[in-house]
Amino acid sequence: MSTDYQYAPEPTLVKGDHTFREITDLIVKTPLSPTPPLWYLAFGLANILLIVLLGAVGYLIWEGTGIWGLNNPAGWGWAIVNFVWWVGIGHAGTLISAILFLFRQGWRTAINRFAEAMTIFAVMCAGLFPAIHVGRIWVIYWVFPIPNQMGAWPNFSSPLLWDVFAVSTYFTVSLLFWYVGLIPDLATLRDRTKSKVAKIVYGIGAMGWTGSFRNWWHYEKAYMILAGLATPLVLSVHTIVSYDFAVSVIPGWHSTIFPPYFVAGAIYSGFAMVLTLMLIARKMYSLEDIMNIDIMERMNLVMMVCGNLVAFAYLMEGFIAWYSGYIYEQGIFWLYVVGPYAWGFWILMFCNVITPQFLWFKSVRRNVALTFVISILVNIGMWFERFMIAVVSLSTDFMPSSWAYYSPSFWDIITYIGTFGLFFTFFLLFLRFLPMIAIAEVKKELPQADPHNYNDETKEFIEGNTEPVLVQQEQTV
Amino acid sequence: METENKSLHGILAEFRNPKELVDAAEAVKKSGYKSYDTYAPYPIHGMEKAMGIKESPLGWIVLGGGLIGCIGALWLMIWVMGYEYPMNISGKPFINIPIYVPITFELTVLVAAFATVYGVFSLSGLPRLNNPLFGVDRFKKATDDGFFVCIEASDNLFAEDKVTQLFRDNGATHIETVYDSE
Repeated sequence: MSTDYQYAPEPTLVKGDHTFREITDLIVKTPLSPTPPLWYLAFGLANILLIVLLGAVGYLIWEGTGIWGLNNPAGWGWAIVNFVWWVGIGHAGTLISAILFLFRQGWRTAINRFAEAMTIFAVMCAGLFPAIHVGRIWVIYWVFPIPNQMGAWPNFSSPLLWDVFAVSTYFTVSLLFWYVGLIPDLATLRDRTKSKVAKIVYGIGAMGWTGSFRNWWHYEKAYMILAGLATPLVLSVHTIVSYDFAVSVIPGWHSTIFPPYFVAGAIYSGFAMVLTLMLIARKMYSLEDIMNIDIMERMNLVMMVCGNLVAFAYLMEGFIAWYSGYIYEQGIFWLYVVGPYAWGFWILMFCNVITPQFLWFKSVRRNVALTFVISILVNIGMWFERFMIAVVSLSTDFMPSSWAYYSPSFWDIITYIGTFGLFFTFFLLFLRFLPMIAIAEVKKELPQADPHNYNDETKEFIEGNTEPVLVQQEQTV
Repeated sequence: METENKSLHGILAEFRNPKELVDAAEAVKKSGYKSYDTYAPYPIHGMEKAMGIKESPLGWIVLGGGLIGCIGALWLMIWVMGYEYPMNISGKPFINIPIYVPITFELTVLVAAFATVYGVFSLSGLPRLNNPLFGVDRFKKATDDGFFVCIEASDNLFAEDKVTQLFRDNGATHIETVYDSE
């Protein structure tokens, strides 16, 4: 066997040779047919966790942040770890919907709606943590530049305030982008549904969309502009999240590599989460033709690249600790490797550095079960990465006399578990009532969508007329 | 026909595929019609040329929004930090432009994104409560797999028989008259 490269018609993105009508049927089937029993089961479980979250947050507001495992000096614990983890997960959605759109990666259409929904719900989970961490949540409006009775204003030079602006802008823009993308598909649902109530609800959402080309023309422009706005935005959000750490003078935090390293890590964990959710959803809703193995392989490639970028960042941290000659930075490095939290470091190394190396093999990238396992491991690894960053530097800083071991309390743990309830409650509602794949965008990617693939005289579709691309073909010699 | 009390909105024709729709749109444009539109479940590549549509002005609206966000954010921070509520933080200058960059950027993006959404709605005349085309049952296919052209009665050149003939010559599979709902 040798590998050869030659020109061949580009493989179609949607498998199984579907017509426009079949694509519509495949996707609107889920929101328009009766609720499957399994959905009730999943939704029930998610609701239980959501109630757990509400209880944990309620008790926190009643009692104060003392119920968490925070101590002096570790004033940031699981809440901040979870915040960074959730917001990082969100980043994959924007990467898929905006950055891959600007790079004209047609395959993104299979997963963009799905991933954007994930972004919105993940950012909701993320935003919860800093909001409840302030302790007195009833004065949370102090973080916004609103004139108040004290005549006081927020400090605009604080990275924590930048974070308020970054995360709230990110949430708002993601929601707008998602909604604009949904409008044509809501119109499809409006025209398909038999139920009177659903017709009104989807009709309001669709805002009177007709599919008029004069509207499409502005719409496509709007979509491109929103993608163009969301692209630097998503990079800025995790950059600013990393400033929460990097702008301080704490050893292990005060580092210029943080912004790119955080962004790469965010995309890494986000792709892992999209894969986890996608591999379940494609099976449950029989969407294997659209969310197919080719798409999974491409996502695995992105994950592998980000995994190696993150691994490179770990390497650089060690190198800079040594090269800087700064003993506190070196101290943190040794505390990572053999210190009291070394167990976390080695879990992180295994999950984040070793695991993605399996993705060098095409057979692993195209294997659903292995990809699923890898995606879960990467998410665990990325959680531990944030744990190591937030906790080790704080609990063991300059003065050994003020060192203290941090461990979470019961409330830390159930608040974190509870956020899965919040996430899945919304995510399951999305899967149930909205088209989880962008119908119009998938249709646009079909070969029969492009007038150039039709004969000029007979106006009949020509099979296999797509642009030839250089593809790798296995050949037996 | 009991159409006495209804006013004509236009004539709607359905075509088999995107290629026929693009060619039909081109023929409609060449015949000199101005008030017409094509309808498809996705934006068809090359349709803007066939219909001769000019570049969308949306970019200018977004630029306006972005500038408002950018200047507004800088003004807010300079005013608050420099004049209204100056705070001495580690002896840093009160008006410290580099430190305002993140929030300026975020607010620029935020206002520009809102401008994009409001812009696309107002340019497309949405939201719209009803549309005469929704009265045509077949038109439900426009968001599924139907390709339509509608020439509106408000066009100066509009004449029922001529329009019907034009559609027929271009291979329309269905031709229907659309009436305004009263």
